[in-house]
Amino acid sequence: MTPTQPRTVPAGDDDLVRRAKAGDSAAFSELVQRYNRRIFRLTKHITQNQEDAEDVLQEVFMKAYTHLSTFEGNSKFYTWLVRIAVNESLMKLRKRKSGKQVSLDEPVSTGDEEIMREIAVWESTPEQKYSQTELRGILDEAVQSLEPIYRTVFLLRDVDELSTEEAAESLGLTVPAVKSRLLRARLQLREKLTRVFKRKGDDLFAFL
Amino acid sequence: MLSCRDVLGWLNEYLEETADLETRRHLEAHVNACPNCWVIFDTTKKTIQVYKGMEPLALPEDVELRLMAVLRRRMESGGSAAPPA
Repeated sequence: MTPTQPRTVPAGDDDLVRRAKAGDSAAFSELVQRYNRRIFRLTKHITQNQEDAEDVLQEVFMKAYTHLSTFEGNSKFYTWLVRIAVNESLMKLRKRKSGKQVSLDEPVSTGDEEIMREIAVWESTPEQKYSQTELRGILDEAVQSLEPIYRTVFLLRDVDELSTEEAAESLGLTVPAVKSRLLRARLQLREKLTRVFKRKGDDLFAFL
Repeated sequence: MLSCRDVLGWLNEYLEETADLETRRHLEAHVNACPNCWVIFDTTKKTIQVYKGMEPLALPEDVELRLMAVLRRRMESGGSAAPPA
């Protein structure tokens, strides 16, 4: 052991799950602390409503606690949580928009012209041009404007960095379905962000 | 010869470097010769980069307190996570 190594290595999820299953509340609380921020971000993005997102956040961990004995460890604990969070969030969204269909099915195709209108290079570094808070605002707003399925897939794959397989498992979709939705999500976001980040002056040449 | 539409269909694989070598060569040849596809590939890459690693914000304190209170009540109510004996 090298001297720089921390004395206590944080317990792995598997270990915490095992202890929680045996009735160790502290172990379960630690899992909650570990993932509540990511789950809350997800429920906020899907429900687009702070109050609903908090309700769902609570329901997710209540359900996880209640059903922990059925979690067999074939997938990662976080993937299992995401699956609960996605289901609960969609249920909430349906209730809120009572009658309006909300699903993870592909929405009516938007057509390529929707994602190909804005072709311009960006200012070299949006990260330097905007403050952290401004940038977060811009990025959040762009994600929020996507259809639920696209923003969910994008969030899981490109923000939360789940693998395609994990995202597919969490969403109950096939791998090819995740891939095609991710492609559309990325292209739609690219389009939206280009409107904000494009190098000024390039519009002058748009008529050429 | 790949069309722009074909090339766009390979965008994920190209950016994630999962396309096979042969396809990759075709894609690169197209992208280097086609300004529109070059811009789309470049700005999509930047889109992914700018989101990647965006840390989730901490829970607002009241949200966290309510969450932990609800869970504590649940845990104390007896029905433990353990399967019934």
